Amino acid sequence: MYYLLRMSGLSKDQVRAVAALANLELEPAEIELFARQLGDVLTHVEELKQVDTTGITPTTSTSSPAQGTAPQGVERADEVRPSLAIADVLANAPERENARDGGFFKVPRIIG
Amino acid sequence: MSAPATISDLVKMSSAVENCHLALDRIQAAAALNAFNTIDGDRALERAADIDRNRARYASAPLAGVPIAVKDNICTRGLRTTASSRILEHFIPPYDATVVERLHAAGAVVIGKTNCDEFAMGSSNENSAFGPAKNPWAVDRIPGGSSGGSAVAVATRMTPLALGSDTGGSIRQPAAMCGVVGLKPTYGRVSRYGLLAFGSSLDQIGPFTQTARDTAIALGVIAGVDPADATSASQAVDAYEGALTGNVKGVRIGVPARILASGVDPEISRAISTALDTLRARGATVVDIDLPHAKYAISVYYLVATAEASSNLARYDGARYGLRSADTDLGAMYTKSREAGFGAEVKRRIMLGTYVLSAGYYDAYYLKAQQVRTLIRRDYDEAFRTVDVVAMPTSPIPPFRIGEKVADPLQMYLADIFTVSANLAGLPAISVPCGFSAGCLPIGLQLTGRPFDESTLLRIADAYERDTEWSKQQPPITS
Repeated sequence: MYYLLRMSGLSKDQVRAVAALANLELEPAEIELFARQLGDVLTHVEELKQVDTTGITPTTSTSSPAQGTAPQGVERADEVRPSLAIADVLANAPERENARDGGFFKVPRIIG
Repeated sequence: MSAPATISDLVKMSSAVENCHLALDRIQAAAALNAFNTIDGDRALERAADIDRNRARYASAPLAGVPIAVKDNICTRGLRTTASSRILEHFIPPYDATVVERLHAAGAVVIGKTNCDEFAMGSSNENSAFGPAKNPWAVDRIPGGSSGGSAVAVATRMTPLALGSDTGGSIRQPAAMCGVVGLKPTYGRVSRYGLLAFGSSLDQIGPFTQTARDTAIALGVIAGVDPADATSASQAVDAYEGALTGNVKGVRIGVPARILASGVDPEISRAISTALDTLRARGATVVDIDLPHAKYAISVYYLVATAEASSNLARYDGARYGLRSADTDLGAMYTKSREAGFGAEVKRRIMLGTYVLSAGYYDAYYLKAQQVRTLIRRDYDEAFRTVDVVAMPTSPIPPFRIGEKVADPLQMYLADIFTVSANLAGLPAISVPCGFSAGCLPIGLQLTGRPFDESTLLRIADAYERDTEWSKQQPPITS
């Protein structure tokens, strides 16, 4: 699995591909800069190869239940509760349609 | 006798309005430090007047009439919250973060929103779309970051309390660099509801104050379970102020000598040694410990934090709020809004996080980092079998000159070596002023404790303050 870590430098094509995944449109100068800077970071993190992690459970969260209680999910009753007013939520929208029955966000046409 | 400046001082003052004027005057006098993105003077004065008119209602409120500052990545209803980003330059939250609600209920008056690195990504406050905040001890230097403005506000006595957020040291490191107390609580101790998410498994909100006592008061107000944050913890909240007994006899302090040998500024090393001598003289025991995986903390942190950030920041797409490009094609609207709205460091971290989560790289980077994160946690678990707290410098370097490290992000990341572990392990950690360099730059001592044992950190910090004068020093800009 570690063969990937050896390819530490990033090509400009890789940077463009990652930018597309992240919905970022980078300028040519940024692509060049990020290829180098991200390459530096990826080279540094190669040090993790030295650590034997066989059988080690990954940590996704440090939340732990109170001592003496069993781990459990956090749940609440599925009941209708007050929420933010639609008009207040829409107030920050770049484009919106305020309607008496609620209103909505406006975005460019999606389906031709 | 210095001007009233701590929570304990200000709460005794009879006029919230006067407190507010004092804060606004100090902000004005030190405007060149760029500590605030938004000042809410009129509404703060209105609210203060309301408190003064209804004093009886606030008789037992721990922060009645105390002006406070809030980092600009924490939502305040009706008050612009930008995260120091162009993409949220005009964003006005329709709700208050839980911490802000709790501070209001305690009688605090929010006076403004403090400057920070964009979306809390940085250790210098240079990544703000609104220009860097400046260190009041040397205005050509960084105040630290990401919560730089909050540290400056407290250091210059603008407000006795400011909130910050800490994902990898963003409260503790600026606290150290500005000469104030900064606490990152245990993960889950304080609700994150209303904090603009960066690394959700790492983020915690915490206070900046001048003294450990004020931090105890502030933590008592903001801590506790919150139904709006499923990761907030149900453990009972300690009586933190009651823990400040001055007694540290028998407290065991562990010093991870091996990791400290890896390059700490000699003046900082000396200040830490002297601080430990002071605590020893009060009856604490100082012992060597080993945290064998601490040296990998930077690599683990910058993989985990950027992965989480790349997901969290996907929401900023120009559709529902924030900056939107004028494109009529939806895809172009997303990408161009994000290109125009995000600064370089934010883009860099989104890119890194997207890369390490992408198909074919997930196991080698993200999963591996999460496994080593487990080992870093276990090191602390092991250490806490024999010691009560772990002591380290907060930062291995003094505040550097603005612009000095901008070109080399990796070098900047490496300076977070002593702070990121507490976030990875979910532990509480505090930075306490413990001296100055020959050039009069503040130095911070960091203490890391067991989960939910903020009381011990505060007790040690308070005891240390009783024997030293560091917390009383004021930067030249305030005199």
